[in-house]
Amino acid sequence: MNRQEFKDLVIAEREKTKNSTCKHKICICCGAGCISSGSEAVMKKLQEEIIERGLQSEVEIIPTGCMGPCNQGPLMKYLPKNSIYQKVDCSNISQIVQSQVIEKKPIEHLLLFADSRERPFSNADEDPFFSKQLKIVLKNCGQLNPERIEDYLVHEGYRALDKALFEMSPEDVIAEIKQSRMRGRGGAGYPTGLKWETVYKYVNDQKYVICNGDEGDPGAFMDRSVLEGNPHRVLEGMAIGGYAVGASKGYAYIRGEYPLAIKRFEAAIRQAKKMGLLGPNILGSNFSFDVEVRIGAGAFVCGEETALIASIEGKRGTPRPRPPFPAESGLWGKPTLINNVETFAGIAPIINNGGEWYSEIGTPKSAGTKVFALAGKINYSGLIEVPMGTSLREIVFDIGGGIQGGGEFKAAQTGGPSGGCIPAEHLDVKMDYEALVNLGSIMGSGGLIVMDQSSDMVDVARFFMEFCMDESCGKCVPCRVGTKMMHDLLQKICDNNASRIDLERLEELAVYVKEASLCGLGGSAPNPLLSTLRHFRNEYETRIGKYEEKHIDVPQTSEV
Amino acid sequence: MNNELPATDPRVKLLAAKIKKENFKPDALIEILHSAQNSYGYLPMNVLGYIAKALHLPPSRIYSTVTFYHFFSLKSKGEHTCLVCTGTACYVKGAQAILNELEKKTGLKAGQVSADNKLGVQVARCIGACGLAPVVVLDDEVQAKVTADEIINKIIDKIGTK
Repeated sequence: MNRQEFKDLVIAEREKTKNSTCKHKICICCGAGCISSGSEAVMKKLQEEIIERGLQSEVEIIPTGCMGPCNQGPLMKYLPKNSIYQKVDCSNISQIVQSQVIEKKPIEHLLLFADSRERPFSNADEDPFFSKQLKIVLKNCGQLNPERIEDYLVHEGYRALDKALFEMSPEDVIAEIKQSRMRGRGGAGYPTGLKWETVYKYVNDQKYVICNGDEGDPGAFMDRSVLEGNPHRVLEGMAIGGYAVGASKGYAYIRGEYPLAIKRFEAAIRQAKKMGLLGPNILGSNFSFDVEVRIGAGAFVCGEETALIASIEGKRGTPRPRPPFPAESGLWGKPTLINNVETFAGIAPIINNGGEWYSEIGTPKSAGTKVFALAGKINYSGLIEVPMGTSLREIVFDIGGGIQGGGEFKAAQTGGPSGGCIPAEHLDVKMDYEALVNLGSIMGSGGLIVMDQSSDMVDVARFFMEFCMDESCGKCVPCRVGTKMMHDLLQKICDNNASRIDLERLEELAVYVKEASLCGLGGSAPNPLLSTLRHFRNEYETRIGKYEEKHIDVPQTSEV
Repeated sequence: MNNELPATDPRVKLLAAKIKKENFKPDALIEILHSAQNSYGYLPMNVLGYIAKALHLPPSRIYSTVTFYHFFSLKSKGEHTCLVCTGTACYVKGAQAILNELEKKTGLKAGQVSADNKLGVQVARCIGACGLAPVVVLDDEVQAKVTADEIINKIIDKIGTK
């Protein structure tokens, strides 16, 4: 398909949507969360109901990606009114169709958050859960059918790729991304434009683009939801990346634990190839780009870029020292651009709306929005997207609806096993890369776990250390041995069996492991420990106090 | 390593087809292992030997790769599998207590399979269904917001007694 044919197709699809006789649209969330809650059965029942009532020409049923409030699922959205129904059951389908579609009245007690808000909103966008959010990456998740490329085309799909290929040079694309001040969403926050420029500058006949979808961080499901909810957006971002840096081949490395994401992404590749939006001479241009999926096999360390590259090459996923960075020598020794799923998903809007538009969102040092996976002891867990600089208080209390069971907020954990805890006194922190580092945590990929008073912070530190110990690849000694020793010491403290000397040793070890490890896994493994020590030292002290009560005669310092 | 596989076995045909599709390239090793595990349920030694021969890789390279990744298993996982998610969100919501109860009731530790091969208990680091925590995956079916008793009852339904 060449450029003109593509434009005609998009216009035709738009017309088709506009002229459709279906004045009612019912979206059913078919993200992995809602499917687990039974949304597929609900959809089947709804289809039967519509046929039974003979409404096929008036009601369109759209299976969509994640809508956000996952623990209220299965979710069902009625358009154009934008009323969301929660915990939909096969038994209340008939009632909803009768009231909402025929009588045009929402059923209040079935609406989203009806069981917890005084008055639910019939237009879900007015609910604080949504009104406080700004959706750029997730814009079309929950609106379009991720398994149909035509749906994506109607929602500006592949327009950015078209624009980049025919109206911009690779230098222009890179300049636009640099101007947007976007930073890598995988966790470290390296400026995306700079990374693209570095790869672009290396001269080589073969370069690669890799999309890192190995979301190993427990408690995070942003990448899964983006891949399931709008796979084409990621694909488009990868193709634009390939055009900008001069790569002709891309790999998407997706976790093996996400079968639905893999299925939808592979389907997206097939559809895009069929339409000529991937493959040789895209839209009749000189640019050729192909994407292949590689399935992860369950190793947290493969989220590290050099380990991920080794895994794509079919080897054990162990990292190697950098430099050379993948931008210079990556996959099979070729210059490689490697970005996270969310980063690629954010590219198309920047190309469409301009870098300046994007740079004005967020804080001076962290532009744009961030997707968070909100979970733990919170009323409304799920997937949210907020501008950088939104305070933790707004996220937890306004969007998340506060602590479950009316408990008290104790801490929020960000960045998973590489991050730290933010205690209640810092609830007003503006969430951006720098602010979180100042508090001893990191932005990470976006997992945000809320804890209440029932969480024991020493045990939380032990939990993460156990994770790092298990996941350490074993290549370098500081990480392999250090995480094991730190875990054992933490276990000792948890069992009230540790003295002050053990705590001193633990703090000493933490610094060594942090400084001496080869890759980010070991380098950040002590973070949860250090951050709980910083904010919740009293909990460690209490346990050591218990030990000391029993053993009054032990030496109190290591200087003996 | 014995790498003779019965050529008439449909699983062998599937594996051979996959290896051919990947052009006998060593870098497709992980893809091939995924495919083999899908059809066998785990990775028997003779299958690993067969793959080594087909890809012209030393068996040690295959073995080292298989044992590196959590996803691959050298032992059968049992006819029915019960996988407890121990990711952070599930942990905060009491996954450990569920696992302890399950281990007590079944007499199996995480990673073990019952003597009659009926049930295997496993743990996962995070299946990404954090909004529904705590979750347990029973034979590929995600059970949301579970309690230990619910899961034990469901297991009893599946395998009969015990």
